[in-house]
Amino acid sequence: MKFAIVVNEGPYTHQASDTAFQFTRAALAKGHEIVRVFFYHDGVNNGTKLAVPPQDDRHIPNNWAKLGKDNQLDLVLCIAAAQRRGILDEKEAKRQGKDASNVIDGFRISGLGQLIEAGIEADRTVTFGD
Amino acid sequence: MSEEMQQEADGKIKKFMYVNRKAPYGTIYALESLEVVLIGAAFDQDVSLAFIDDGVFQLVKNQNTTDIGVKNFSPAFRALGDYDVNKLFVEKESLDERGLSSDDLMELTWEDEDDDWEEKPSIQLVSRQEMKTLLGNQDVILSF
Repeated sequence: MKFAIVVNEGPYTHQASDTAFQFTRAALAKGHEIVRVFFYHDGVNNGTKLAVPPQDDRHIPNNWAKLGKDNQLDLVLCIAAAQRRGILDEKEAKRQGKDASNVIDGFRISGLGQLIEAGIEADRTVTFGD
Repeated sequence: MSEEMQQEADGKIKKFMYVNRKAPYGTIYALESLEVVLIGAAFDQDVSLAFIDDGVFQLVKNQNTTDIGVKNFSPAFRALGDYDVNKLFVEKESLDERGLSSDDLMELTWEDEDDDWEEKPSIQLVSRQEMKTLLGNQDVILSF
């Protein structure tokens, strides 16, 4: 089955991102396809490369990035939501005249159309959030 | 988006329902939901919106946010008709539970090109039971 995953909450405050991660990993292990993981609302904060959680805790952004890399997942941060919350890739930072960018390798920034497209493409769209 | 995906996505029409459950202010969910609806309108899908729980407050008329310093985005709902988004289902029980009636809601309309561009109401009141059926009939549900 083809799944689209939507993550609507940021890391650590909510369980949503952890559960989405575990669901995605389990679906892949069962041989399902993940069309896309789309991060919206505070979910875009899962794509920061500046998170430094305590060493005995899980590193949520890194875990996503590694899962994405190992399985060639399309991890997309909504551009409108990301810009509001100070999540910028290098290209966007340059365009906005900012002196820093903070999107972790393995994620990309794109528009809300990617969410709709994933919903059309997938057999099931599964949302994780509040 | 990839060309291959775009081609595959073209021609597929799915039933999308955006479920609005939260008050318009206090959290950003309602505003960012409307942003998805407006972008999604370009994809020519079969779109409807559901308003349940505190989500019904999103459609209340004469919203004034001056004192909370947040943008009043409710006028944007009026644009939905122009994007062929004209099925807004409001759960009657949710209105009742909050002391609201249809008189408290904005008058949202769309022009029916198959009926001499007659202006028709976009908002339909449905019962909780009917809402359950509507939700069950969808291909994609995005809940905010």
